[in-house]
Amino acid sequence: MPKTILDELIEAGEYLLPGHTACPGCGSVIALRHVLKALGKDTILVIPASCSSVYQAIYPKVSINVMIYNVAFASAAAVASGISQALERKGFEDVNVVVWGGDGGLIDIGAASVSGAAERNENIFVICYDNEAYMNTGIQRSGSTPPGARTTTTPIGKIVGFKKPMAYIMLMHGVPYVATANVAYPTDLYEKVKKAKSIKGFKFIHIFTPCPPGWRFDDSKTIEVARLAVETGYWILWQAEYRHGRIHFELSPPSRPYLDASKRKPIEEFLKFQGRFSKITEESVKKLREWIEYQWSIAKRFLDMSAQK
Amino acid sequence: MAIYDVITGNDAAAWGARLSKVEVIAAYPITPQTTIVEKLAEWVEKGELNAKFIAVESEHSAMAAVIGASAAGVRAFTATSSQGLLYMIEMVSWAVGARTPVVMAIVNRALGPPWNIWSEHTDALMTRDTGWIQFWAANNQEVMDSIIQAYRVAEDKKVLLPAMVMLGGFVLSHTAMPVKIHDQNKVDQYLSPYEPPHYVLNPKISEAFAYGNILFPWDYAKVRLSIEKAMRNAVDVIKRAAKEFHEIFGIWHGDLIKEVNTDDAEIVIFALGAVAEQAEATLEVLRRNGIKVGVAKIRVFRPFPKEEIAKIADKASHVIVIDRDISFGWDGILAGEVKATLHEYKVDTPVTTKIMGIGGDDILPEHIEKAVKEVIKK
Repeated sequence: MPKTILDELIEAGEYLLPGHTACPGCGSVIALRHVLKALGKDTILVIPASCSSVYQAIYPKVSINVMIYNVAFASAAAVASGISQALERKGFEDVNVVVWGGDGGLIDIGAASVSGAAERNENIFVICYDNEAYMNTGIQRSGSTPPGARTTTTPIGKIVGFKKPMAYIMLMHGVPYVATANVAYPTDLYEKVKKAKSIKGFKFIHIFTPCPPGWRFDDSKTIEVARLAVETGYWILWQAEYRHGRIHFELSPPSRPYLDASKRKPIEEFLKFQGRFSKITEESVKKLREWIEYQWSIAKRFLDMSAQK
Repeated sequence: MAIYDVITGNDAAAWGARLSKVEVIAAYPITPQTTIVEKLAEWVEKGELNAKFIAVESEHSAMAAVIGASAAGVRAFTATSSQGLLYMIEMVSWAVGARTPVVMAIVNRALGPPWNIWSEHTDALMTRDTGWIQFWAANNQEVMDSIIQAYRVAEDKKVLLPAMVMLGGFVLSHTAMPVKIHDQNKVDQYLSPYEPPHYVLNPKISEAFAYGNILFPWDYAKVRLSIEKAMRNAVDVIKRAAKEFHEIFGIWHGDLIKEVNTDDAEIVIFALGAVAEQAEATLEVLRRNGIKVGVAKIRVFRPFPKEEIAKIADKASHVIVIDRDISFGWDGILAGEVKATLHEYKVDTPVTTKIMGIGGDDILPEHIEKAVKEVIKK
């Protein structure tokens, strides 16, 4: 029988070692495991302040078996740029210089350095694990928090923003590769990282990673919550390449059925597991539905653009 | 072959980086620093300097990128001024803990508001407690030479700390002076290629490791103590670097301090950078009038040359510290350091602070003469 992607994923080396200090059910650490399987040993992780600064373990121990460089919150993409340029100056190729950070570090405070590195088309990966708030400091809202979610700085669930569509923003930079992923679809994530690895230049991957303590759901439900995000259309899986003035955008298989809005599960299915939405108002649910429609409308535009000859 | 030319302080800084064969440069524009990196960018694009030039989107990212580059094993350079330095300061501090021996030129400029692009030292002095080695250049030759020496010192395995080289905005940065541009072979003889002795971020040549992960207080304190030890080691390394520079190039800018006519001086003026140069230029007039004045040009502000300062002050009957900076609610910044030093060494020579030239106000010989004469009247 020919090997499937799942076989390959299972057989790939393990770089996440036992003994990490992530919370039970942490979506980020599951995603990192699969990302590292795709990246392999010649990898440098540049980690800004985030949960992963903590779950990599405390000195003198470390639970990730690739090079790790811990850096200040807003600086990760710029540090990675310097590393990548230095390696190129020294004549080293095929080293994956990878920013691994959260939504706070890459979508809020570090967004300028991510955008700058993208615009210069630095040969780096920026991989954002999105747990939709500042979880490491204790669940404060970020620019990636959905409307209506309770956090410690929106304690009743006040609507502040609209969840910044970071992957689309990165796509508009005209960088070689942008994708979204989700911890519930490990083979899709694995393939996307492998694909990114084959491309020289700037790669952005935005991974949806539920956070049991931050979102207040049982830590056995991480994958279920993540899958519902796709099935309700809340999180759209896609990948896109920019080549010669054109964007080639495609929906990834798990999201394809949900282009048809009638196939999507009601958003309440996604919300009901999560304590952060337990007191959500009708107004907030309406806002969320609008947000989902808006995300799909952008995806449709890109699909149309890609279909044009 | 060395070249003799008349160039600005900023061109001298660019030459210092070029002769040091920097491999990665990351920079963001700010007046009056900009022409340093413009020159370097031109050399890189023309292929005259084999380096990568990263035109980053902020000073914060400029310092971040040179930290990354240095960690990956190359010699890295950046330059900034004023607000730019303050914007990058998180990473300025980070470079110390990361033990990345990068060199940065700082063209000293006042801080806003109100906007002011002219010379003042308060910008660089705000980084006093970060753990950077600080060179203050008095003239354009010294700007170039200090950058070359700064790499020697910063990359020394007993030091491994970043170093900054200061030049006064416009006073040096945009003022042309005769400069000897050294022969590349001689610079190569003085400064070997950078080989990181501590860690290199490159999985092709090193085993995996994590740098900078969380430490508990007992281990953290050890790491910070190692920075203090490195700073203390830097004293001898700077002296040796200056001595060998003199042997190879025949130029002496002083080591941590350059003393001018201090031996018989009743009044000694302490100052930094181009301000000290101005004080030196005033000496001749004062001496002609029978006033025994000397100047101690403080070339290195960190590590602070406490012992030397105490000795010089002990011989004099009065010390004047000229500060082109101020620590509000305290004193001139250099004056405060000098007074603390004299207290530690039990030297009771009186010290007068003179704050001059704030926001680029000219420091003229008559201002320095007036300061000296006021002290004599006392």
